[in-house]
Amino acid sequence: MSDIHVVPVKIYVAVFLTLMVLTAITVAVAFVDLGALNNVVMLGIAVAKATLVVLFFMHVKYGTRLVPLVAAGGFFWLLILFGFTLSDYLSRGWLGAGTPWMR
Amino acid sequence: MSTAHPAVLHHQFDTLEQQKESATLGMWLFLVQEILFFGGLFMAYMLYRWRDPQAFAAGSHELDITLGLVNTVILIASSLTMAMAVHSAQTDKNKALVRYLVATGILGLAFLVIKYFEYSAKWEHHLVPGPNFHFPELAIDGRAEIFFSLYFAMTGMHALHMVVGLVLLGWLLVPAARGRFNSQYHNPIECFGLYWHFVDIVWIFLFPLLYLIGRHYHGAV
Repeated sequence: MSDIHVVPVKIYVAVFLTLMVLTAITVAVAFVDLGALNNVVMLGIAVAKATLVVLFFMHVKYGTRLVPLVAAGGFFWLLILFGFTLSDYLSRGWLGAGTPWMR
Repeated sequence: MSTAHPAVLHHQFDTLEQQKESATLGMWLFLVQEILFFGGLFMAYMLYRWRDPQAFAAGSHELDITLGLVNTVILIASSLTMAMAVHSAQTDKNKALVRYLVATGILGLAFLVIKYFEYSAKWEHHLVPGPNFHFPELAIDGRAEIFFSLYFAMTGMHALHMVVGLVLLGWLLVPAARGRFNSQYHNPIECFGLYWHFVDIVWIFLFPLLYLIGRHYHGAV
């Protein structure tokens, strides 16, 4: 009667192993000095890991469209939080107004 | 008007699918609020690290990467056991459901025990912000204290979420052991799983941002 989507165990195990591999890569890369690129790799891997958890463990890939929309909405508001706050701190000291935030 | 109505279907819903979707959607709305709550902490981290990357690298260098890594593996493993718990409920395997919930709880507890040892080591090394704070490199003492304030605020708030998760898990174990959940009705297990995975995601970002940014730090200039 209820038509729930059961995700195969194989997929869960594959996601888990991928998360482990990505964790190993991010730790290994952290010991190599790549300058600013370290941040890009580190955050890229973290975003990839989070996406895997959201899509498969949290079943967003399998639900109706409403859930992905709400989830994406949450991350969009997060970007608004980051974007507007940064636009303040980054522009301090421009045009001679205020003290720059960066040392 | 008297159609067959499963006992687990609340009267305001037409179907079990609708009931499940409402529960999932409500949980996601709560999680969206949680994303923004932790977002404020990540925002503070971003600004202070941008302002003083050197002090953050120095502070990060004092963290125990092995313990951080072990906890990352433990937490991701607990997400797998949680996913398997939901899977067991969906496939009417009640014994497996209880076993996977217990496994998730043990892994969550292990995470907190390791966190406790990490915190006590920081206390002994005078790295807890406050009057006892003394950073090994005196030149950046006050600047490193900002890193450790954020370290304790972020990991502490995350650990608090783990504690809440473990309490909820214990609370769910009772109806699970009594066989209340099955393929028709397992919304509490599904929603708790969403919460647990969310807490895992927060750690997925905390681990690199706190533990990994100081791995090639060679002292303050």
